[in-house]
Amino acid sequence: MFRNLWKWIIIPLLLVTVGIVIVIYTVNNPTDSLVARVLTYSNVLRALSEHMSLMLVSMFGAILVGGLVGILLSRPELYYLGRGVENIVNIGQTIPSLAILALFYTILGLGFRVAVFALFLYSILPILRNTFAGITSVDTSVIESAKGMGMSPFRILAKIELPIAYPIIIAGIRTAVVINVGAATLATFIGGGGFGDLIVTGLSVRRDMVIFTGAGLAALTAIILDYIIGQVEQRLVRWS
Amino acid sequence: MIRLENVTKKFPGMKAPAVKGLNMEVKEGDVCVLVGPSGCGKTTTMKMINRIHEPTSGAIYINGEDALKMNPIKLRLDIGYVIQEIGLFPHMTIEENVATVPNEKKWPKDKISKKVDEMMTLVGLDPKVYRKRYPSALSGGQRQRVGVARAMVSDPPIMLMDEPFGAVDPITRARLQNEFLRIQERMGKTIVFVTHDIDEAIKMGDTIAVMRDGCLVQHATPSDLLSAPADEFVASLVGRNRSIKRLHLVRIREILQEVDRAKPATVDMPLDELKKRLEDSDIRSVMVVDRDNKLKGIIGVDDLKKKTGEVAADYIQDITESVTSDATLNDALSVMLECGEGYVAIVNEDDQYEGTITLGDLLNVVKEDG
Ligand SMILES: Nc1ncnc2c1ncn2[C@@H]1O[C@H](COP(=O)(O)OP(=O)(O)OP(=O)(O)O)[C@@H](O)[C@H]1O
Ligand SMILES: [Mg+2]
Repeated sequence: MFRNLWKWIIIPLLLVTVGIVIVIYTVNNPTDSLVARVLTYSNVLRALSEHMSLMLVSMFGAILVGGLVGILLSRPELYYLGRGVENIVNIGQTIPSLAILALFYTILGLGFRVAVFALFLYSILPILRNTFAGITSVDTSVIESAKGMGMSPFRILAKIELPIAYPIIIAGIRTAVVINVGAATLATFIGGGGFGDLIVTGLSVRRDMVIFTGAGLAALTAIILDYIIGQVEQRLVRWS
Repeated sequence: MIRLENVTKKFPGMKAPAVKGLNMEVKEGDVCVLVGPSGCGKTTTMKMINRIHEPTSGAIYINGEDALKMNPIKLRLDIGYVIQEIGLFPHMTIEENVATVPNEKKWPKDKISKKVDEMMTLVGLDPKVYRKRYPSALSGGQRQRVGVARAMVSDPPIMLMDEPFGAVDPITRARLQNEFLRIQERMGKTIVFVTHDIDEAIKMGDTIAVMRDGCLVQHATPSDLLSAPADEFVASLVGRNRSIKRLHLVRIREILQEVDRAKPATVDMPLDELKKRLEDSDIRSVMVVDRDNKLKGIIGVDDLKKKTGEVAADYIQDITESVTSDATLNDALSVMLECGEGYVAIVNEDDQYEGTITLGDLLNVVKEDG
């Protein structure tokens, strides 16, 4: 009971508090007037909310599409196609996120939506790959015994394949979130906003404090989300 | 009733068919055991019955109905299935695993729970201990038993069992086999049972189907198979000591009435009477029972010299092994060999004494049949 409280409430709260302390400290102790003008509560909050929107919207789409496509490709009829897609995904993953953003900038132009779309595409990859890998790694004898006991393909997917694959799928989502939060700092280059705004402004006016605040908050966001999803993952593998 | 007509299965990309022109019938309430060397098509044959594999050609009838035209899901819900690789669901507890089919059939919760307890007890897994465990925390033999419980829980009229006792030790296996046969006697299910072990086949089968390279070589009762093997292959499969194998076919209770042996002594029997009993005995010992006829021990002729006392209880020696009367003569033989004695005490499930059989009794059976 106490362990649960600690794991699910106290640690995340501590991490959030660290973020709040960083913000309060830097806003109240600007090194000069230029820093004071950039680091206001409203600027930091706007960066935070933009960053979160970028992440949430793109992740929501990525989980939906990546999960569904992963499930589809894992069906026996599409298995070989899935193997091919898996390879393409692995190659796609090696393209730097900045290059992806640049690519979409040239095709679609500037703005929040373009940034979301680029992040969405980039986050699909680990989710799709892990969903496919997780489902296809389920022992064939397990599927066969389910089939032999009269479960329909849909029931087998919902009751057997997905639950067994959950830990791997969640691990994919976790990877995607961390990548996503990191890559979202680049959205500023195509006018997507987020903590990247703080970092780039800090760079252009040469104020370390601004850079650190932006980078620190982005990193902290990634750490918190990674931690929480990690806990969910642990809960799901009670059985192994 | 299951009937296979000219069933052939050729897997894509394989040169020879895995099963060739198989004709076979399993009568209602019969246990048909498929035996044969590894890769001869036993599993494939079984999987065509519940349509995990579709036959390349031929027809399969279940209770007169064309199985290939039935809805496969409905078909499978009424066929218990124990697969060779066990295939428990790793993310579900033992309880949830066993409850799979009842859940699919949407039974009420309390009925499921009661039935799960019953099945787990039946296969020798204490529900209190194992209910909430995950399969990863079970031994191979225990998992196999969960697999059997899971297949039987909804009382399907037909069962397909692919080497269900392959991973358990010989003693547990014999116990499970006897348990299985006792249930089968009551339930009268139609069962197709695969095994590598010809002894198991002889013991369990009403009929035995011997397969080789995808073909059915002989389908006969165990007794016929032993006395008239169709060819060299079957003969070598059943082995040379065929008359000894007959011991698998006879249950102890079938010969228990015929053997004439000294009555057991009671714990409070006076010494004189005890001596008389011992003189009557052909094994130089008598079994000792208490007032409820429960087996307490044994007294040999030599024990009388070693100790002193007024009544039987003063001379009693512990007895290490006994067998139940529904075990086979072969089980009795195993126990005798294990204990190095020429006799074994027979008890019922409540440990009440039913009789004693000796090596001589077994030899008589083998001689009569041979
Ligand atoms: N899904 C499959 N695809 C291709 N070939 C298969 C498949 N399943 C079985 N076979 C082949 O069919 C033949 C018969 O296999 P089967 O599993 O029926 O043997 P078995 O008698 O059950 O053997 P064992 O006693 O080892 O379990 C084997 O040669 C095997 O390689
Ligand atoms: Mg097999």
